[in-house]
Amino acid sequence: MSKKNSEEFAKKIRLKTIEMVYKAKASHVGGALSMVDILAALYSGILKYNPRKPKWNERDRFLLSKGHACTSLYATLALSGFFDVAELDNYAKDGSIFLSHASHKIQGVELSTGSLGHALPVGCGLALAAKRKNEKHRIFILLSDGELDEGSNWEAILFAPKHNLDNLTIIIDYNKIQSLGNVKDVLDLEPLSGKLKAFNWQTIEIDGHNHEQIFNALSTLPKQKGIPTAIIAHTIKGKGVDFMESKLLWHYKSPNDEDFRNAIKQIE
Amino acid sequence: MRTAFINQLIQEARNNPSIFLIVGDLGFSVVEPFAEEFPDRFLNAGVAEQNMTGIAAGLAIEGYTVFTYSIGNFPTLRCMEQIRYDVCYHNLNVKIVAVGGGYAYGPLGASHHATEELGMLRTIPNLIVCAPGDPIETRAVTSAIIKHTGPCYLRLGKAGEPIVHQNELEIGIGKMLPVIEGKETAILSTGAMLKYTYDYIEDNKLKWGLYSFPFIKPLDLEGLKIIAENYRKIITIEEHQKSSGFGSAILEGYNDLEESKKISKRPEIKRIAIPDQFVSVAGKQEYLRKLYKIKL
Ligand SMILES: Cc1ncc(C[n+]2csc(CCOP(=O)(O)OP(=O)(O)O)c2C)c(N)n1
Ligand SMILES: [Mg+2]
Repeated sequence: MSKKNSEEFAKKIRLKTIEMVYKAKASHVGGALSMVDILAALYSGILKYNPRKPKWNERDRFLLSKGHACTSLYATLALSGFFDVAELDNYAKDGSIFLSHASHKIQGVELSTGSLGHALPVGCGLALAAKRKNEKHRIFILLSDGELDEGSNWEAILFAPKHNLDNLTIIIDYNKIQSLGNVKDVLDLEPLSGKLKAFNWQTIEIDGHNHEQIFNALSTLPKQKGIPTAIIAHTIKGKGVDFMESKLLWHYKSPNDEDFRNAIKQIE
Repeated sequence: MRTAFINQLIQEARNNPSIFLIVGDLGFSVVEPFAEEFPDRFLNAGVAEQNMTGIAAGLAIEGYTVFTYSIGNFPTLRCMEQIRYDVCYHNLNVKIVAVGGGYAYGPLGASHHATEELGMLRTIPNLIVCAPGDPIETRAVTSAIIKHTGPCYLRLGKAGEPIVHQNELEIGIGKMLPVIEGKETAILSTGAMLKYTYDYIEDNKLKWGLYSFPFIKPLDLEGLKIIAENYRKIITIEEHQKSSGFGSAILEGYNDLEESKKISKRPEIKRIAIPDQFVSVAGKQEYLRKLYKIKL
């Protein structure tokens, strides 16, 4: 698929995401919106998958480590044909499998996540299994910036290059905000690229809302044979809705009627 | 309960310069008043619960009374070894606080259901394990664990739990609270099940007794003995796995009382708790409680 198509796709994901959060009065819309362009690119040309055979062995594995932002992943999966878009109406309802953290009971979701700092170690296991079994599929993990506070991530970051996991790519949704403040004020990650390089990763820095840059970064993997790649995607929390952008409040708040109408108008 | 907790903590911190609060990147619109009033006794350690708990141990060695604060399983299960080895083995003055006990964060899924931690934590020596039942108990327990020097765990609900006790109270470590005196059957409730249980007895005009156990460890054996002398049947209720939780602690307590001949015969005991299963559907707290028959 082309860059133009993926931009259109991102728009649809944003609309659906906001609708889900609004209807369910749910939180975490900011982090769901910051990763939409990355998801759109992944599911419109980068990842190998078959929505009718979600467990097809040759599929690429995508793990969302920041499970709290699952609304835009669910929307992406529905719009990619894994299940009916109408099912998203059950999001967060009593008795529904659409939990408000990513749930592996849903077609296309590989791993339940919601406790931060879990998916990358699991992803190392998936990548190691592929290497040992000589399988060609790839593993992509989408992480948040706040969760890089967790030591578990850095244990895995140390592990992957040592085991030459060049089938593993991490994408960091660097939206600069976590739960109780700005990343640079809570635990500064900088120099992030320098840290990853020092841990022997290949690193690329991109604008995480520029589809051309996302496609370029994701379609030339691995950057170097034998080495895992880290893509640092500079993003804006709440991207696409001006009053949500870069506002900590929208980690928690859910749109009221007026917010909802405004948000939809801005994206359409 | 979290509001009652933070207000009590602020009040205590005004007279107790050793109180220090560390949060794991959580507490939005709760912890700000503490942070503003005591900036040099507040820290956001980031999304890093193991480090948070280790830092708390270090601060406690140097004389601080340290509270760690996060939600669900993050301040407990995520850093269990720091709790066991750094905090409890060294018997340090660290108070671990988790908001969102049981299914309080129901729709958020298994990552956010704190339904095993009471059992895991009560096996650790030196650790006091508390689950207050309403905002009044929360204030009293917060105050009690500050007076006690040593490790404590405090399980809270979220915000807006109704009050059950009529008046402010004081409570000693390990004491239970009689709520309704009755006969034949006594309900023993821990944590946020209190309001539901109280309403059930009142609404159905039952003659049952109700006892709230804000302390799961140490257990009020003296209190259990008195209950055994006055009731034939006991029902325990908790928002926790059945295995090794509050009901299990009560069974153990009665067994020990019987074995040491402090009571002649233990009462009949029924335990209401989660039946060794994970929830993998969304649901508000009331919905999930019903799903697993956490009800009388
Ligand atoms: C282990 C763990 N600790 C704490 C939390 C609570 N929590 C949910 S989201 C979040 C941080 C949000 O910021 P970030 O990770 O940067 O995500 P994003 O900005 O992409 O939404 C925290 C601390 C959690 N989910 N898991
Ligand atoms: Mg962030």
